[in-house]
Amino acid sequence: MDALTHYLAMGGYARFVWPAYGIAVLVLGVMAVQSYRAWRRQHRLWSALEAARPQRRR
Amino acid sequence: MQRFANPGRFMRLSDGLMPWCAAGAVICLAVGLYLVLFVAPPDYQQGEAVRIMFVHVPAAWMASFVYGFLALASAVALIWRHPLADIAAQAAAPLGAGFTLLCLITGSLWGEPMWGTWWVWDARLTSVLVLFFLYVGYIALVNGFDDPTRGARAGAVLALVGVVNLPIIKFSVDWWNTLHQPASVFRLGGPTIDKSMLVPLLIMAIAFMLYFAALLMLRMRTAILASRVRAARLGEIEPMPEPSARPQAAGSVT
Repeated sequence: MDALTHYLAMGGYARFVWPAYGIAVLVLGVMAVQSYRAWRRQHRLWSALEAARPQRRR
Repeated sequence: MQRFANPGRFMRLSDGLMPWCAAGAVICLAVGLYLVLFVAPPDYQQGEAVRIMFVHVPAAWMASFVYGFLALASAVALIWRHPLADIAAQAAAPLGAGFTLLCLITGSLWGEPMWGTWWVWDARLTSVLVLFFLYVGYIALVNGFDDPTRGARAGAVLALVGVVNLPIIKFSVDWWNTLHQPASVFRLGGPTIDKSMLVPLLIMAIAFMLYFAALLMLRMRTAILASRVRAARLGEIEPMPEPSARPQAAGSVT
C-alpha cells in the first residue's frame, strides 16, 4: 500500500504528471469517439438508402 | 500514386489496412505506457516530472507532422485536383489540432514545475500556438463557404501559406534564446537523451503515429461514404432527365 501511494505521488509531481496523462487520454479518446460516431452516422444513412434502393428500380 | 488514389480503391485498401494500424496503435500504446510509467527511470534533475515528456514530445511531433501532411495534401489538391487530396486534408486537420492542443496543455503542465510558469511567450511556445490557430483557421475556412469546393480551395491556400511556420517551430529553439530546451532527439550528432528514455519515447511516438493513421483512414472513409450518400440522395430527389428531352436548347442555338 505504501509502495502504491509512493508511486502515485510521483516524487511530489503528482499534480502535474497525472493531469498530463489524463488530458492525453481525454484528447485521444475524443478524437476516436468523434470519428467513430461520424462513421456510424454515415453508415446508417447509407444502409437505409441501400435498403430502399430495390423499390426504386423500375 | 495516382492508381491508389481513387476513392473506390482507397475504400478497399483502407478496409484492410485500418484494423492493422488500430491494433498496432493499441499494442504500442500498451507497451509504451508500461515502459513509460513503470520502467523508464526518473530524470536526475527533473525527477518523476520527466514522465510528462512521453506524451508531450510525441504530441508535439505529431502536431508538426500532421501539418506537413495537411499542406502536402493541400498542394496535391490545388495542383492535380485530386478528389482524395481534399478529403485527406480535411480528415487530418481536426486530428492535428487535437495533437497540438495536447502538446500545449502537457507542455504547460510540465512548464509550471520545471520553469516556474505555465506559459511564457518564447519563440517555441508562441510558434506552436500559431500552429494551433492555423489548424483552427483551416477548419473554420473550409466550413465557411456555401460551396464546399471553394471552401476546400481557400483552406488549401491557407494550409500552404502556413507551412512557413514549420521550420520556425523546428528551429525556434536555435534561432532565439528560448526558455524551451533545444532538440535532443532529431539533431546533428545523434540524440543526447539516454536509451532508457529514448526507447519508450520512440514507442510512444510510433503509437501516436499509428493512432493517427487509423483515425485518418476512418475519417476519410466517412467523408467518401458521406459523398456517396449525398449523391444517392440527389439521384432520389431529382431523377436524371431522359436523354431525348434535353437537346432542344442546344439545337436552337445553331
